[in-house]
Amino acid sequence: MTIKKDKVDVVLVGFGWTGAIMAQELTEEGLQVLALERGPMQDTPTDAKYPKVIDELAYSVRGKLYQDLSTETVTVRHKTGDLAVPYRQHGSFLLGNGVGGAGFHWNGMTFRNLPEELRLYSNTVERYGKKFMPEDMTLQDHGVTYEELEPYYSQFEYVCGTSGTAGVLNGARQAGGNPFEGSRSKAYPTPALKYVYGESLVEKAALAAGMHPYPLPASNASEPYTNPYGVRLGPCNFCGFCEHYGCYMYSKASPQTTIMPALMKKPNFELRTRAHVLKVLMDNQAKKATGVLYVDSQGREVEQPADLVILCAYQMHNVRLLLLSGIGKPYDPQSGEGVVGKNYAYQMNGGVSVLLKKGTYLNPFIGAGASGVVWDDFNGDQFDHGPHGFIGGATTKHARAGGRPIKQSAIAPGTPKWGSGWKAGMQEGYQRILNIGLSGSVMPYRDSYLDLDPTYRDAYGMPLLRMTFDWHDNEFDMLKFVGDKAELVAKELNPEKMWSSIRKKGSHYDVRPYQTTHNTGGAIMGTNPKNSVVNRFLQCWDVSNVFVQGASAFPYNMGYNPTGLVGALTYWSVHAIRTQYLKNPGPLVQA
Amino acid sequence: MEKNIEPRRGFLRRMIAVVPASSLAAGAAVTQVACTSDGANTPLSSAHAGTTNAKYSPSYLNDAEWAFVVAAVDILIPKDEIGPGAVEAGVPEFIDRQLEMPWGHGKLWYMQGPFHPEVVPQLGYQHNMTPRDMYRHGVADCDAWCKTNHDGKTFAELDKKLQDEILHQLDESKIELPNIPAKLFFNQVLANAREGFLADPIYGGNKGMVGWKMIGFPGARADFMDWVDQPNKPYPFGPVSINGERG
Repeated sequence: MTIKKDKVDVVLVGFGWTGAIMAQELTEEGLQVLALERGPMQDTPTDAKYPKVIDELAYSVRGKLYQDLSTETVTVRHKTGDLAVPYRQHGSFLLGNGVGGAGFHWNGMTFRNLPEELRLYSNTVERYGKKFMPEDMTLQDHGVTYEELEPYYSQFEYVCGTSGTAGVLNGARQAGGNPFEGSRSKAYPTPALKYVYGESLVEKAALAAGMHPYPLPASNASEPYTNPYGVRLGPCNFCGFCEHYGCYMYSKASPQTTIMPALMKKPNFELRTRAHVLKVLMDNQAKKATGVLYVDSQGREVEQPADLVILCAYQMHNVRLLLLSGIGKPYDPQSGEGVVGKNYAYQMNGGVSVLLKKGTYLNPFIGAGASGVVWDDFNGDQFDHGPHGFIGGATTKHARAGGRPIKQSAIAPGTPKWGSGWKAGMQEGYQRILNIGLSGSVMPYRDSYLDLDPTYRDAYGMPLLRMTFDWHDNEFDMLKFVGDKAELVAKELNPEKMWSSIRKKGSHYDVRPYQTTHNTGGAIMGTNPKNSVVNRFLQCWDVSNVFVQGASAFPYNMGYNPTGLVGALTYWSVHAIRTQYLKNPGPLVQA
Repeated sequence: MEKNIEPRRGFLRRMIAVVPASSLAAGAAVTQVACTSDGANTPLSSAHAGTTNAKYSPSYLNDAEWAFVVAAVDILIPKDEIGPGAVEAGVPEFIDRQLEMPWGHGKLWYMQGPFHPEVVPQLGYQHNMTPRDMYRHGVADCDAWCKTNHDGKTFAELDKKLQDEILHQLDESKIELPNIPAKLFFNQVLANAREGFLADPIYGGNKGMVGWKMIGFPGARADFMDWVDQPNKPYPFGPVSINGERG
């Protein structure tokens, strides 16, 4: 028998970054806000306590903070018609779990997008003509511009205490920042993190190769900082345990360190953990959501009525919930019709590594999650794509998150896999190997999408999400081009050895090695209901009291880490809810 | 009254050192403390390393499996001029203890069928075997293969050169095992050997933090505020473990 709870004004499904922002802002309106989180409670003093959190095996190797795949996972295949099989072990991407979501254990890289990236389709057509785009590429604009989002990027950075050096402030170029960035109305709230030794070396090499390096924008506070919610962060001490760990220093911005201390005190906010939402409940006409159905910590089904339902789960889970709830028309790759599941995209990464000369002490264990030096010379549309025949680009960077021995030690190619040769190679590589990484954009394609798996189910008996994805030539060409440019920088380091890892054309997407957790699309934003699931305010076209936050809204995947854009879009969306929707509930954009 | 203060403090200090370990790996703390001073070895590995250590009794691995693991990890990470190897570091103990953890039981993986191990390898692990199954089938199969091909001797009874050759053959799938793909089994043992050599000592391996000393990793120090702007200088401090042990 289903338990029925009292109605709330707003129910949030998932409690990571977007859930915490929504809760903090909507409780300001006096609304009764309930957040449902399927995972456990997690907080800094308990779940990021030193020294027990300095445990590479528990966190990075066995994945203590990750989604329990035994309960729920996705299935993966390369193309329509193939058999999709379960993603049984974490590899390519690391799904999060629990309060704070991936925001509890991310690295803190907080980029803004280049202005042209939010209207990449229009920009490409204007600059290169419509024929430049491959036929099967389903690229479209976000439907929101950089200028519109700018205040919300600032808002997110000021909540996070993001450290960095401005490149363009109120239209004026600033020394040391990214000269290609869109104009910002405010400088970063805290100065850039210090460069560790390797980063200083790479900065020098990049300058010598004609690049425009700048410090990676890091939501790892570089000095003590109090954010606009009155919550305090401490300075990062470069401990080297960031991206799979909670931050015991209260330096890395997370919902726990920036929002929850202010939010949890509010009487009109409630957080229920171990509440696994099965679907959004709809009225008889399927025009309006009436609430959600979830399974509680005792395994009981609970109906939670609400006026407003906001999906704040991870990208894939948002898409799956829409499909399980029957909201929006599922995408059909044959006809190209339907929108839910459309434009799933990933990122294509690669890099160039160098072995520096004997006697170099990189001390790789000195690192911070978002510590790095980066350049955008071949990102977005900052170079002429015309002669190269591909769309998109990559950020190029040397980032030093740490030197944890199991997962972050590097050995030169040709080193034996075991024995004394392996030991010698480990010893040599640990202090002297440095990597220049590429984080590349991935365009959307007609044959890259998400739908429900016909065979495999989760622990609650619901179908798993099925991913159909593989690489396309456009991305192989992009990575080869940017990789060659990265080699120019690597050569400036005068290495003893140098090798690159750039995917070769014809190779297939591989779920085994970790690549990136920057999965995007499936519930994309846009300018009309024919080509998007949500409008420019992240409101469902079909069901006006359902909003969908997060990277599921990205129409394609950019070269930047997504959280800056996710944060900005959330503040943009909640601003529209506060100033427009609440006064007049209904569609914010007429179809 | 006065006399009792020091012993009590000493007792408390020892308790504090033990608590975090016992909460992470039940029952492991005492063994860990007991083993740190004299290195780790096993009765069965005495041929490969100097001392013996009767303190650890394997929990999951049976005698034959224990002998195999000790012999195999000794080849994978040997004691040499660079320093101690996997056996001295307690890697067999680490592996046995890991196999008793939820990970060893396959509890961290999606293990619902149907299973399709025939799909392309890029789609990831598709076998129905837990790590415990891999060791059980892998060792039995490998020992049986050794007996058939090498005068009735098990892997652990062969000389090191031959053992090394057999590990290469497993890695390259040149040996066919009836119950488990050879490469799958080999990769699991190699991955666990490295983990045990380089993980925090609370898990029973990396005793004396020998793996960390090999590369110069300072362990759980986790504060480099004072060294971030000391470019290209050797870091002067040895490692510390989660339990506060210093190396």
